[in-house]
Amino acid sequence: MPSLKDVKTKINGVQKTSQITKAMNMVAAAKLRGAQEKMEAFRPYTSKFNEAMSNLSGGANTGAFPLMEKREIKKVELVVITSDRGLCGSYNAHIVKRTLGMIVGYEAEGKGVSLVCVGKKGYQLLKKTGKVRKSYLNVMSAFEMFNAREIATDVAEQFLAGESDRVEIVFGEFKSVAVQRPVDVSLLPVQPVEADGEAEKKFAGDYIYEPSSEELMDTLQPLYLNVLIYHAMLEVGASEHAARMTAMDNATTACKDIVSNLTIIYNKARQAAVTNELMDIVGGAEALK
Amino acid sequence: MAQQIRLEVVTPKGARVSEDVDIVTAPGFGGDFGVLANHAPFLSTIKIGTLTYENGKDRKTLMVSGGFCEVSNNKVTFLVESAEFGSEIDVERAMRAKERAEKRLAQMTQTEEDFNRKRAEVALQRAIMRLKVAKGL
Repeated sequence: MPSLKDVKTKINGVQKTSQITKAMNMVAAAKLRGAQEKMEAFRPYTSKFNEAMSNLSGGANTGAFPLMEKREIKKVELVVITSDRGLCGSYNAHIVKRTLGMIVGYEAEGKGVSLVCVGKKGYQLLKKTGKVRKSYLNVMSAFEMFNAREIATDVAEQFLAGESDRVEIVFGEFKSVAVQRPVDVSLLPVQPVEADGEAEKKFAGDYIYEPSSEELMDTLQPLYLNVLIYHAMLEVGASEHAARMTAMDNATTACKDIVSNLTIIYNKARQAAVTNELMDIVGGAEALK
Repeated sequence: MAQQIRLEVVTPKGARVSEDVDIVTAPGFGGDFGVLANHAPFLSTIKIGTLTYENGKDRKTLMVSGGFCEVSNNKVTFLVESAEFGSEIDVERAMRAKERAEKRLAQMTQTEEDFNRKRAEVALQRAIMRLKVAKGL
């Protein structure tokens, strides 16, 4: 039987921990709202962008653009986007697991793999593979469009230089507050955007392009990468907070369980002590008779 | 009332402007262009500059930086990286940015990487345009 004091200290300790996890839960909830708003605000931009891209690439010759060039795939580059901070359950671990699985898959096919890590956690977990070419750390907390541009430019340069024949992006998709799952999206070569039926009808007319449609494509494609990466970063930002919220909620519940168990132990120990004392007193009184 | 065209300015941070206007003037790839109601479908890149639109006697100016613009179905959509009204511009910050960019350009040697030079030039252009728009109001 543990001593009364030990149990009491432990109960206090666990209660303090639960206060912290509860606070973290609330902070994550507040940050999640911000991240979701950011995502919401970005949505009109993406949808408009896709519209414009689809009606541009519809008429264009896809072979003419270096960023759309389909080559035999020898080297694959994976852009892995994770959070910068931990304590969000298995969220980052899932993304890393997905990445490692993809690496094994590609290497089995005899393709070389290089990694670009965005976010500290992914880098920490993936650096032991020795494949990390470049890493962007501590960008997730305050990222803007231009962070994404830096990454997009770098990845595009590698592709154009022939250092990679295919670029994929791995990140945690934000399904809902409860569900986030790792996904991979192909980034390069740029896929022609498929126009859905409605959009096609809307843009039946021929456009006047300024400059020419080819030159337009040349400027829009890097921007498109930019948009894709930024979008993925937004998703990761939101899912990170959602995952942390769930993890901290679980931790708070676990703390409560532990406290109630410990309280039972504490009461038992207290009762035993009281009984012992009573027996002592009764024994003493008996001896005096 | 004359016919109007729908103007939408969208940035990564959300839609900025969404209203019916008489005329829009914007800095296109080949120089400034104006768009009136029922303009033919048109697609152009946008440079750093000022976007002006008029609605009756109301005339508003926005500072826009890089992006593109699409006109179709009597609707003109600007997809730009940033769009700010004169009153929203932080003049001091723009001044600082201008000085910084100028200093960087002055320090650069001819051999400096093209990319860095371009970045500084673009930053300078943006700062100058911000100041211009801010003073205009």
